[in-house]
Amino acid sequence: MAPSTHTVPDHRGRFGPYGGRYVPETLMPALLELEREYAAAKKDRTFQAELAYYLKQYVGRPTALYRADRLTKRLGGARIYLKREDLCHTGAHKINNAIGQVLLAMRMNKPRIIAETGAGQHGVATATAAAMFGLQCEIYMGTEDMQRQALNVFRMRLLGATVTGVDAGSRTLKDAISEAMRDWTTNVRTTHYILGSVLGAHPYPMMIRDFQAIIGQEARRQILAAEKKLPDYLVACVGGGSNSIGLFHAFLNDTRVKMIGVEAGGLGIASGKHAARFAGGKPGVLQGTMTYLLQDDDGQINLTHSVSAGLDYAAVGPEHSLYHDRKRVSYTYATDDEALAAFDLLAREEGIVPALESAHAIAHVIKLAPTLKKSAVIIANLSGRGDKDVQQVARMRGVTL
Amino acid sequence: MSSQLKNPRRAIRAKKNSSPITRHPSRGQNRLDAAFQQLRSNSEKALIAYIMAGDPGLTETEHLVLELERSGADIIELGVPFSDPIADGPVIQRAAERALRSGTSLRKILESVRILRTKTQIPLVLMVYYNSIHAMGLERFCREAASAGVDGLIVPDMPPDEAGLLKGPAESAGLDLIFLLAPTSTAERMSYVARESQGFLYYVSLTGITGAKIKDMTEVGKNVGKIRKVATTPVAVGFGVSTPEDAAKVAAMADGVIVGSAIVGRMAAAQQDASMPAQVGRFVHTLKSAIRSASPNAPN
Repeated sequence: MAPSTHTVPDHRGRFGPYGGRYVPETLMPALLELEREYAAAKKDRTFQAELAYYLKQYVGRPTALYRADRLTKRLGGARIYLKREDLCHTGAHKINNAIGQVLLAMRMNKPRIIAETGAGQHGVATATAAAMFGLQCEIYMGTEDMQRQALNVFRMRLLGATVTGVDAGSRTLKDAISEAMRDWTTNVRTTHYILGSVLGAHPYPMMIRDFQAIIGQEARRQILAAEKKLPDYLVACVGGGSNSIGLFHAFLNDTRVKMIGVEAGGLGIASGKHAARFAGGKPGVLQGTMTYLLQDDDGQINLTHSVSAGLDYAAVGPEHSLYHDRKRVSYTYATDDEALAAFDLLAREEGIVPALESAHAIAHVIKLAPTLKKSAVIIANLSGRGDKDVQQVARMRGVTL
Repeated sequence: MSSQLKNPRRAIRAKKNSSPITRHPSRGQNRLDAAFQQLRSNSEKALIAYIMAGDPGLTETEHLVLELERSGADIIELGVPFSDPIADGPVIQRAAERALRSGTSLRKILESVRILRTKTQIPLVLMVYYNSIHAMGLERFCREAASAGVDGLIVPDMPPDEAGLLKGPAESAGLDLIFLLAPTSTAERMSYVARESQGFLYYVSLTGITGAKIKDMTEVGKNVGKIRKVATTPVAVGFGVSTPEDAAKVAAMADGVIVGSAIVGRMAAAQQDASMPAQVGRFVHTLKSAIRSASPNAPN
């Protein structure tokens, strides 16, 4: 059984010194209500049964834990397993959280859903869940990301969502979150905000972690069945950090399982054009939570860069900050070029086109696996599929489609 | 136009001489309390004017503060520009971007406050997002802000629930922590936040961001009435007060009227204009006149 002895966050939403609820007063009552409703839903068997039903019949869970033999052979070291979240309906792990939160929104009688999106995967997942349950849906997206992820913008519109471009700041995920928070502040009485990652004010980081923890719960069962032992390494990319916390959570008490979170190294740390919060950031408060941030000496938030829109964000989930300080998880980064090389390699060796986000995890596996014995086992989270990135990669390579 | 506006120097000197308030670390009589007391004894309501510090530059900010005081503002709220202002609407967001482009930082704003304190004793409150304070260090910030002459802090993304770490340093520096209430606040939160707030209580008139429009004045009145029952400080109403008519209506229900986006928007429109401070001053004067007319007992 997966152990669940973790006590973070505390009742104030604190993961050690991180987390909390740094929001305007207008939102406090809504956050307190959400916390109460979520606590009730967690204990409610009907809610849990309903969630389990949709995860199985609609999302397609459990997702496979696939042994990537050709990649293993090519890298010549540890045995590599891929947790196939890319096989979820809508193509990424984001739907696990979106379904959970839409069910909560209906419990709270909120007929309108809003969300932010970076790569578009969370926006698509939210638009999908809202469509399935007949809720009104508006998605905020930075205009820079809308350009990078034009396909997902069209998908969201097909699903009946309104996609609203945000033309402020860096025009990416951070600005989309700010705008969604402003909408929520304005329409809080009728609207539920489905945040897409383990970010923001309490209870979001806890609740979204819980909705994503199914990834690790399945993976733990699956690897024990396949290998009769626990893995040596877990590897996952970290934007806000929901796919990684989802994979890691069931293994946290397995002290011999090493965990690696891979951030976006962009054009390299020295260039300043990256989103590696643990390599270049320090603690601060952004969009509701205390956590590691990329910021200047005055506390202004830095612009970030990554080839992958889903990792292009200045803050990381507060629970990751705690595990970083406690050294329970080690954090590293992969550059744009390394991620693009991994994108190609996985496509050619395994016939799987990964999302550029997930390609960062694969990029680290490429470095790690050859250094390990053949008996070692790595599970990498393939958090999403790369269909959404095909156009962008073609464009970068000068290919006209 | 009043004689105050025509002869600004005399007006300032007169104000200075009338109430020489000095700060007291034990939070006895501070400038904010004194201002509200003075207003109350005149049966007047406070006009609290917000401008973004450093928009378009800090020199202009220093001039503007004096101009706003001459034009009838009783308290000045100085916005500290932040890259990601989640509580603010587009007008204030753009002002913050302009201020950051002009090189404004929290340290430089405190220098400007220090300079202003040689010229005016008007209460000055900073509206500052938590990360700016955190980056400077809570204790150092409180010490330097108080010694520069800041009277209070409004931290829009810090409800009292998260003020634990800032409370001590603010208290020992003698800075008031001003908290906000919103239309969504429950009765329980009303009494909690009212108990925690110092200087005054900031009632956000609408569910929304700065610069939106008040839709329902009756609801504002009802909520302010409820808040007054639990408040131990004056209650000021802001977010969505944009015209002299709004200001008059709000003044009839609260102790103070906060106007931000409407002033900042006028500054932006007249940015290239040498008469910008005077134009903004005239607008603030009309606000103050409207507020006076709403308090019938006040001397004109």
